[in-house]
Amino acid sequence: MNTFLPYTLAGGALVILGLTGFILHRHLIRRLLAFNLTGSGCFLVMTGLAQQGQGVDAVPQALVLTGIVVAVSATALALVLIRRWYHLTGLTGLPEDIEPELQQGDNPAEGKTQGAPH
Amino acid sequence: MMDLHFWLPVLVLFTSLGAAAIIFWLDENNSRMRSSINLAAAGIKILLVIWILVGVSQGEVYETRFTLLTGIDFVLRADALGVMFAGLSSLLWLFTTLYAIGYLEGTPNRRRFFGFFSLCVASTLGIAFAGNLFTFLIFYELLTLSTYPLVVHKGTDKALRAGRLYLIYTLGGGVVLLAGVLWMHSLAGDLSFAATGQLDALLPEQASTLKWIFLLLIGGLAVKAAMVPLHGWLPEAMVAPAPVSALLHAVAVVKAGAFGIVRVVYDVYGITLSYQLGLLLPLGIAAAITILYGSLRALAQQDIKRRLAFSTVSQVSYIALGISLFGPAGTIGGLVHLLHQGLMKVTLFFCAGNYAETLGIHKIQQLNGAGRRMPGTSLAFTIGALGMIGLPPIAGFISKWYLATGALHADMDWVLLVLILSSLMNAGYFLPLLYRIWFCPQQGEWPQERVLGRWDTSLWLLIPPLVTASLSLLAGLLAASDFSPLAWVQLVTTREYLP
Amino acid sequence: MLSWLTEGPSLLPWLVILPLLWSILSLTAGQRLQPLIATTAVGLILLATLLVLLQWLQRGDHFYSLGDWAVPLGIRLRLDGLALLLLLLTSGITSVCTLHAGRYLQEYPRAKTYFWPLLAFCWAAMNVIWLSADLFNLYVGLELLGFSAVGLVALTGEKKALAASLRYLYAALLGSLAWLLGVALIYGHQGQLDISSLALTFTDSISGQAALALMTLGLLLKMAAFPLHSWLPPAHASALPPVSALLSGLVAKAAFYILVRLWLEMAPDNLTFSAAQLLGALGAAAVFWGGWMACRQQQLKMLVAYSTVAQLGYLLLLFPLTTGTGEEATRLAWEGGWLQLTSHALAKAAMFLAAGNLVLAMGRPDLPGLHGAGRYLPFSLLGFGLAGVSLMGLPPSGGFMAKWLLLQSALLSGQWWWILVLLSGSALSAVYIFKVYQQCYVESDNPDRFRQPALVLDLSALALALLALALGILSAWPQWLISTALPGGAA
Repeated sequence: MNTFLPYTLAGGALVILGLTGFILHRHLIRRLLAFNLTGSGCFLVMTGLAQQGQGVDAVPQALVLTGIVVAVSATALALVLIRRWYHLTGLTGLPEDIEPELQQGDNPAEGKTQGAPH
Repeated sequence: MMDLHFWLPVLVLFTSLGAAAIIFWLDENNSRMRSSINLAAAGIKILLVIWILVGVSQGEVYETRFTLLTGIDFVLRADALGVMFAGLSSLLWLFTTLYAIGYLEGTPNRRRFFGFFSLCVASTLGIAFAGNLFTFLIFYELLTLSTYPLVVHKGTDKALRAGRLYLIYTLGGGVVLLAGVLWMHSLAGDLSFAATGQLDALLPEQASTLKWIFLLLIGGLAVKAAMVPLHGWLPEAMVAPAPVSALLHAVAVVKAGAFGIVRVVYDVYGITLSYQLGLLLPLGIAAAITILYGSLRALAQQDIKRRLAFSTVSQVSYIALGISLFGPAGTIGGLVHLLHQGLMKVTLFFCAGNYAETLGIHKIQQLNGAGRRMPGTSLAFTIGALGMIGLPPIAGFISKWYLATGALHADMDWVLLVLILSSLMNAGYFLPLLYRIWFCPQQGEWPQERVLGRWDTSLWLLIPPLVTASLSLLAGLLAASDFSPLAWVQLVTTREYLP
Repeated sequence: MLSWLTEGPSLLPWLVILPLLWSILSLTAGQRLQPLIATTAVGLILLATLLVLLQWLQRGDHFYSLGDWAVPLGIRLRLDGLALLLLLLTSGITSVCTLHAGRYLQEYPRAKTYFWPLLAFCWAAMNVIWLSADLFNLYVGLELLGFSAVGLVALTGEKKALAASLRYLYAALLGSLAWLLGVALIYGHQGQLDISSLALTFTDSISGQAALALMTLGLLLKMAAFPLHSWLPPAHASALPPVSALLSGLVAKAAFYILVRLWLEMAPDNLTFSAAQLLGALGAAAVFWGGWMACRQQQLKMLVAYSTVAQLGYLLLLFPLTTGTGEEATRLAWEGGWLQLTSHALAKAAMFLAAGNLVLAMGRPDLPGLHGAGRYLPFSLLGFGLAGVSLMGLPPSGGFMAKWLLLQSALLSGQWWWILVLLSGSALSAVYIFKVYQQCYVESDNPDRFRQPALVLDLSALALALLALALGILSAWPQWLISTALPGGAA
């Protein structure tokens, strides 16, 4: 047992929590938050696992730093798209199945969830 | 000189490939330029084939070979058998092109038609010159692709349906053939048509595998050769314009299948091995069934083109029947029929096209008195029909004579019965037509008459059937000379039997 | 020159730097300068690709350490025959797409501003992936590729495109997370991420297995393997044609490329027979499902997109055919699989470009809109038709050669069920492609509704289609290139 194990376990818990949210939620922002949660969990696992018993390893720190940058850009891109989507359709979730809608045209009736994006 | 030997087969292919490329590029309305290119290409191709023909008869070898993938070569090789088919194709291409120019004048989509027409001929020549199974397969599939646009050319619902049926049959056959070729390849490697006895080493352990492969190969080829029960596409494909029907039925497609069967039996398995494996008898029986069934169905047809189509189903299997008779005479009969039937059938289709185009005649009852209105066409039709029945001195007689001799040599007397029955039925479905054409008076107006020139019809449409009819007459009359199809087939047969 | 090729500095990083520079420049430069920048950049990248090819021919497989940092800490770029093939393919297809887009975007002026930066970014990301030699770098590459691809899909700003791009983004994010978690597990266990070093030390452990499973899942999601494919058709169908061509032709292959590196290079011993068969079965299911769905589509671009799902399925057959099948069958499958990828990339890119031209010319996206196209749009159809020949795997085309090799491999290894998949898959693709063809032969009652697309649009589609066909005749060189990278085999 070392001090880094709790980080790993906490990371694992975050990942599971985040994934569950990502799959269960339909609201786009919630899913995005869930993604961020999962990402943080991954980073914790990475730093936690890598450092058991060997002192401080610089590599995972560097990796996680990069990972955070990537996650932030992902969030930014997703927010832009969600905003545009909301302005166009007034929906906060994706229509359940896009394919029939594509063939028939606009105005998806399903998949509407409550709440505004911001 | 070595270089020329390498390039000559490719050059023959490129005359029509190049023509196709230029035709696709040309403007739709530039029909004069298109026709000149077509005819020039056809002319050059015939000259090249004659060059090869002369060379091959003197024992020269023309081979193009390069490696596509490790262990797989692309081989074009002009041997006696290949040149035979190439000669037929290039000769009939010239006449069909002439005919098609006249037939399609003023109709839309001619660029597409002639472009794919040339592609189709290129693939047929590729089939003729293919030097191994792999190369054969390539051109065999290419032929399917290039004939599809011709079948659906009219774009009507009926044409589309026929096209769909055609594809289901031919692509299905292609898949089966591919499976056979693949299996054979993994068993015996890259089989060249030039070598002999390559499979002998596999006996006796692999005998049953070889039989299965034979079934796959022949099964795939039999679709294009329209052997029963795989013939269903052929009568339906009759919706295509007349030059296409002529091409499909007399030269390109059905003959490609029959030619493939010849290749498989003689050059892949070898006639002796096929005999030892007991593969010839089932092939012969299948051919006999097709001959009889096709003739029977032909008797029942009231549409001229459909009757001709079923006649093709029946006649093409003479080739397979000839091959399956173990012995030189049968082979000669089968192979020479490949040439003779081509000449005669193309004549018949040209004539059927003329009747339809000039007088609007599609049904047999409408033919009454057509002989007086269109004497030239009717004369050609008569020669073709009598030849099909096997009347001397027309070419068809020669084929049947050799087939019968072959049957006797091979002690397969039942084949004689098949031949006699089939000839009777041939007479049964052709003679009434001739009777109506020449001896029945015209009844009322022609369904849809058009006056095209001073003669029967326009000269573009009239000359090709007359020429092919006289050629089939000459092929029979001069069969004994050195330049007849028969002489060449005898050369082929000597080479196949005495390697 | 020759000595420079053997001893001079490697040009590998430039293949990433150049497109990145292009991206930044064209983002800041404004619309007027964009074409000039694009032309210069494409020219330079092509030149660099050519020089890299020459360098490879001189010195063979080699590495390049960025900033001279050594392996555990630094990042290495790696070039072998396979990476080279994909680099060449990417340069070729992307530059043709650029050409096409240059003209096509005149229809969508609004999309222009961000198209060029995103395209350049996408190019850089693909080159990063082909050249990466370590797992984390691949993660970054995958993310960048995903972002730029999502951005490209969303460009038109239409509802359909936005919904598709959001769906695509979420699938990509989920996939990357799975990958990242796998990377974390592997680093925690092995303490390194370099693929070739890992190949030496990778052991069969629970965390190793879990990592591999997670990463595979992520990659399968990203390559739209059945049953995780549902995001792909709408995304590929609703994007602009040059974007669809790029996505279907190249981007979708990146995840597969990594999957192969992962299993066959890093952990070949961990790929059990049943796991390989499972991957193959997923591929087979994709072939059938994608083909079936393609047959049912009424929209031209949806049909082409579903065909991508089916064709990607063939790639997965590489795993069962190379696992425990003997040397010869493995070699055949390896060459066949990558040849399939190459020919599909060319043919599908050509087909999307041609489909885009047709839709533009018809003014409507559905199949009956093609009535009369045979007469009035022969040139646009030619590109589509030739690409179709390769997709169906009919000779003489690259697709045929690839299937021939795969079939041979299946036959040799006695796995006849894959033969059935390959043959019936081809038949199915013939059904949906001829479904398009036959519409073109129907005559139209209203010939004036067509609008001729610009020549360069048709030519770019045709060029790619001809390349896909020529691959059938000239496959010996790519085959050799692929064979040098056979894992565990003699180069």
